[in-house]
Amino acid sequence: MSAIPQEAKPTPPPVSEEGYLVEMRDVSVSFGGVHAVNGVSIDLRPGEVLGVVGGNGAGKSTLMKVLSGAQIPDSGQILIGGQMASIRNTRDARAYGIECIYQTLALADNLHAPANVFLGRELTSRTGVLDDPAMEDATRRVMKRLNPRFRNFRMAVASLSGGQRQSVAIARAVHFNATILIMDEPTAALGPAETEQVRALIRQLKEEGLGIFLISHDIHDVYDLSERISVMYHGKIVDTVDRDDVTIDQVLAMIILGKKPDEVTEAELEALHASG
Amino acid sequence: MSEAVTPSPTPSVGDRMRQLPQSGGALARTADVDTRLVGLLVALAVIWIGFNIATGGSFLTARNLWNLSVQSASIGIMATGMVLVIVSRNIDLSVGSMLGFIGYTMAMAQTAWLPQAFGLGLGHEAIWIITVILGLVLGLGMGLLQGFIIAYGFIPSFIVTLGGLLVWRGLIFQYAQGQTIAPLDTTFRLLGGGPQGSLGEWGSWALGLIAVVVVIAGLLLLRRRQAKYGFQVRPIWATIILGILAAVIILGAVWVTNAYPWPENLAAQYARQNGIEVPPGGLVIPTGIAYPVLIMIGVAILMTHLAERRRFGRNVYAIGGNPQAAELSGINTKRTIMLVFGVMGLLAGVSAVVQTARLNAAVTGLGVTNELDVISAAVIGGTSFSGGIGTIPGAVLGAVVMQSLRSGMVQMKVDSPTQDIVVGIVLVAAVGFDAWLRRRST
Repeated sequence: MSAIPQEAKPTPPPVSEEGYLVEMRDVSVSFGGVHAVNGVSIDLRPGEVLGVVGGNGAGKSTLMKVLSGAQIPDSGQILIGGQMASIRNTRDARAYGIECIYQTLALADNLHAPANVFLGRELTSRTGVLDDPAMEDATRRVMKRLNPRFRNFRMAVASLSGGQRQSVAIARAVHFNATILIMDEPTAALGPAETEQVRALIRQLKEEGLGIFLISHDIHDVYDLSERISVMYHGKIVDTVDRDDVTIDQVLAMIILGKKPDEVTEAELEALHASG
Repeated sequence: MSEAVTPSPTPSVGDRMRQLPQSGGALARTADVDTRLVGLLVALAVIWIGFNIATGGSFLTARNLWNLSVQSASIGIMATGMVLVIVSRNIDLSVGSMLGFIGYTMAMAQTAWLPQAFGLGLGHEAIWIITVILGLVLGLGMGLLQGFIIAYGFIPSFIVTLGGLLVWRGLIFQYAQGQTIAPLDTTFRLLGGGPQGSLGEWGSWALGLIAVVVVIAGLLLLRRRQAKYGFQVRPIWATIILGILAAVIILGAVWVTNAYPWPENLAAQYARQNGIEVPPGGLVIPTGIAYPVLIMIGVAILMTHLAERRRFGRNVYAIGGNPQAAELSGINTKRTIMLVFGVMGLLAGVSAVVQTARLNAAVTGLGVTNELDVISAAVIGGTSFSGGIGTIPGAVLGAVVMQSLRSGMVQMKVDSPTQDIVVGIVLVAAVGFDAWLRRRST
């Protein structure tokens, strides 16, 4: 008999007294004197999508790497559910329920979907033999929830479409009961239909009470899906705003000029519109 | 559980029989068998039949096939390890030199150190066991050392093992000073094959029958496990055909090895020693499966298990497919790479046992250019240099293909340089064909 994994159940995630899933405080990372992330504080509630936007090199990805354990910060604190957390590597992050879906998908193209979902966390029998049927079964169940049309469970993921590959990447995060999801450009490589599929998925995961950091170049994605938006500029947070309080133009201005909406002058806005 | 997947309504066996697919590729896919492996088997059949015609029927004889199996063993054993090395996007150029160094050390141990320093008399029954263990531990250690430098020292494996190729070979010359060590321990020698170093008639049949039972049980067990989760199961006709095919191949191979009798004078000597009356026409003693071949089969089974059924193997393939993904998913990639080279070293130790035992000697040139044969076998067997792709049975078949080419050409009295030219062309052509197939399928 092999251990059959339990269906991923939305367990109430731990939150701080103020209701935060995650609080990152005063986090800094520098690479050879360049402050990629400079004293950034950011937080996330359950059932919320926080959009993290900014130009190239604004520090979004580095900030999220700190949370997912792929980058050790020079300074700063991370609180998970109000408790100090020590995240030194991706394993630590996963233990705190943090899963990251990377821009490059981080899939092993030569392996099939179940092997990718369980990459680094393979199910084995008591004698240490891989339990492929159990992994396939669990993958089928997660996929039934995420992408019911997904069929190719025994095919190398290299031969799948972009949307199917994205489903595999998300299944990997969801199967292990993540409470905090980091999605780095989740729709960057997808066609319109597939993008819509992923958007629906994000809304669904939000309903289930997950907290999601959504990093994207696509301002429309972020604007449509997020409750709040944090704008980064040269390694710092310009501002974190409620999505309902701002227009897309204002967010764009923050990204490009690195200033809060009320600090932007008419002239600057004019220039912005003129340039494109 | 039952709602997890919706299996299509199961058609009866008759229905499935009627739905037999048309083309060969589709057939293989429906039967859930490795098309690449089937292709390799077909290529091997073509080579064998071709040589048999060209040599006027002397290629497909029990004697030649038995010899072929023994000659393929040493390269086949190491090729199984080279698959994992190449799958993980590395290379090991040092296996030939490692083999030589280990073989030399084992020869010294059994002829000088153990009998003299430790006072075990020549021919003591513990000598061969201690020697073999020493060889395996030494191989593992050398492999791990190279793997450690590669994984934790961030030096490309090409460079580290190129260094290894020079260093291990140089060390042999330093402490051997050109000498050949021979003869070796009489029990140790049996591991190299030969009439006495074989399983014999009944042992071979018994092993063959056990293998058939295990294969069929495995096929049925897989069906049951897949059915338990309601997955698509290989059609029953495919399971039956595969089972019959496996039985025929296994028992056929046993039959061939048993059809090769001991040489007459050896059989006569054996009869004299054991007081057996020699019947008219001479005593016929079937040889059976040679020990090196048994070792190769055992190694191939273990390595296949390691590669396909163990977390370690899965991680090696993941690293080959996408190193960053493997790292990000929490796989200890450095340790895994180091262990891959450890396994490779261990297998070089196993092959060193086989080769020295077969030669009944250790010479300074032991294992020279073996690394090229081993890499070629893995590559002909379908291992891809871009990483992440390759199978153990494929590599073993690759070794048999290589050896078949060489052996056939020797029988056709093709000179050695021409043999090299042919093998070289076949190698490049095989990889080119494989790459072409891969491009077409995606």
